Amino acid sequence: MKIEVEENLPQMDTKLDFYSASRLTGDATSEDLETIKRHTSVYVYETPVRLWHWINALAILTLCVTGYLIGSPPPTMEIGEAAEQFVFGYIRFAHFAAAMVMTVGFFGRIYWSFVGNHHSKQMFRLPIFNRHWWSEVFFELRWYAFLEKEPKKYVGHNPLAQIAMFFFMTVGLSFMIVTGFTLYAEGLGSDHWLSTLTAPVMNLVGNSQVMHSLHHLGMWAIVVFVIIHIYAAIREDVMSRQSMVSTMISGHRTFKDDRPE
Amino acid sequence: MSHIETFYDVMRRQGITRRSFMKYCTLTASALGLGPAFVPKIAHAMETKPRTPVIWINGLECTCCSESFIRGAHPLAKDVVLSMISLDYQHVLMAAAGHAAEAALEESIEKYKGNYILAVEGNPPLNEDGMFCISAGKPFVEKLRHVAKDAKAVISWGACASYGCVQAAAPNPTQATPVHKVITDKPIIKVPGCPPIAEVMTSVITYMLTFDRLPELDRQGRPAMFYGQRIHDKCYRRAHFDAGQFVEAWDDDNARKGYCLYKMGCKGPTTYNACSTIGFNEGVSFPIQSGHGCIGCSEDGFWDQGSFYDRVTNLAQFGVERNADQIGMAAAGAVGGGVAIHAAVSALKAAQNKAQANRPADAQKEEV
Repeated sequence: MKIEVEENLPQMDTKLDFYSASRLTGDATSEDLETIKRHTSVYVYETPVRLWHWINALAILTLCVTGYLIGSPPPTMEIGEAAEQFVFGYIRFAHFAAAMVMTVGFFGRIYWSFVGNHHSKQMFRLPIFNRHWWSEVFFELRWYAFLEKEPKKYVGHNPLAQIAMFFFMTVGLSFMIVTGFTLYAEGLGSDHWLSTLTAPVMNLVGNSQVMHSLHHLGMWAIVVFVIIHIYAAIREDVMSRQSMVSTMISGHRTFKDDRPE
Repeated sequence: MSHIETFYDVMRRQGITRRSFMKYCTLTASALGLGPAFVPKIAHAMETKPRTPVIWINGLECTCCSESFIRGAHPLAKDVVLSMISLDYQHVLMAAAGHAAEAALEESIEKYKGNYILAVEGNPPLNEDGMFCISAGKPFVEKLRHVAKDAKAVISWGACASYGCVQAAAPNPTQATPVHKVITDKPIIKVPGCPPIAEVMTSVITYMLTFDRLPELDRQGRPAMFYGQRIHDKCYRRAHFDAGQFVEAWDDDNARKGYCLYKMGCKGPTTYNACSTIGFNEGVSFPIQSGHGCIGCSEDGFWDQGSFYDRVTNLAQFGVERNADQIGMAAAGAVGGGVAIHAAVSALKAAQNKAQANRPADAQKEEV
């Protein structure tokens, strides 16, 4: 053990003690020192993916809050004459602006899944014909049901997370974008190109009020996802064998142990 | 068909001056959104074209379409519109009854084969072989098919014929079916509403006889000029909507001030119609103007959208009626609670594992 340390720190005294190690790495013990010498991180989330994640999170937060208020407006405000105040108008504006940001971001994310690294594709495709992947899905289910003592290591999303991402983000956001823009097109008028584009969706649903209800339920599905997502990220950060929260900030997945499996 | 009088002949015979006639043409042109250049075209058409024969049949309905139609406040509606179209068969207005009336229907079909417009008020119930609506001793659906066979075009009057309306509301025991699902081989123009606005009805007919074609229809088959925008888009209370000034309860101070009825469940934002521009009864008023929210009567399935007074619709699919917010909050609450329990169990489990790991090796051996 000591020999390795000496190799990496040639300027050090051959008789390396606890204090000389701690000069370099704070309160690191010699055991820690051995670990940090290994390359234990993988670059998973590239900059565009991380940027998208946080922009998307902010946009979704804005959309949920303003969207809820559009369905259940705040109490009447009498700041001035109707012509002088635009309270509800601004709420709707924020909703539409955040929707545009989210949509552009989503299309950017889809683009990146083609040019980005291997992990950037995970959210958009489920390897449902891969038996091994399914076995890992069930392993993860058992892990969350407290039936497995130790989780597996994953570089990207674990299979269960991948399923959640696929259905709530890829499918969910697509659903919200389609229904949302169909509703938005109503305000633009029936002769607008967006109305022509979304006409099949409106015809399928038949009634704009139903479309509102569907869009509303979609929001709650995303709220449910957000709760699970944040909980799972924090829980895995604490209990799993790899980093979680910081990975979406730095892009690097770091591992807590050296065992390959 | 030279033996049929032209519209102009009929109008003059009824004592309408040429000046009034030209006024009518001008107003019709502007009601249809046409430029002044179209006024002489309309006048010419009315002077030269034979009256368009219309056969008006009534199925499962409440006659509110007919009632609205005869209140057409468009100038000369009573005298002219009913005369200019050759209304050869109409339960409510015709003098004949019984066998004489049915004979007149057959005669009209024979006489104007392929040229008449079929106006349908109400819809056919298809359940029990159509026995829930009997007209002249036969199921109405048979009559509809019979008359539609030789029609040039079909007008679906009102929400009944267009979408089904109240008789088609869930669970629709008689299987009341909108006209376009029964007649599939004819051009169909839907004029929804319960009732449709009188001027919309008369204008549709005027357009068809003036230009000899259907007006431009939107994606649902409604005349785009009247159903192209939502009531909300042209509502005179829209400024209060954008300002965030709402009626909070019936008869509150905000209601007296004429604030937006959005929170009271007004369906203006989801309803395509011309109420907020044309109005009813000579443009006197329309629901929102009289302080009641729009109920969305010209939309497909408007009876099945929960209460007229809810902004967020109740969803009956969940057994006990709950709206999207209540369902969503319940789901979010359940998931949040589940997450909290899961987190607690995770913590306990982790503590347990730690305790086991920390136990002396021989103690663990004994356990095994």
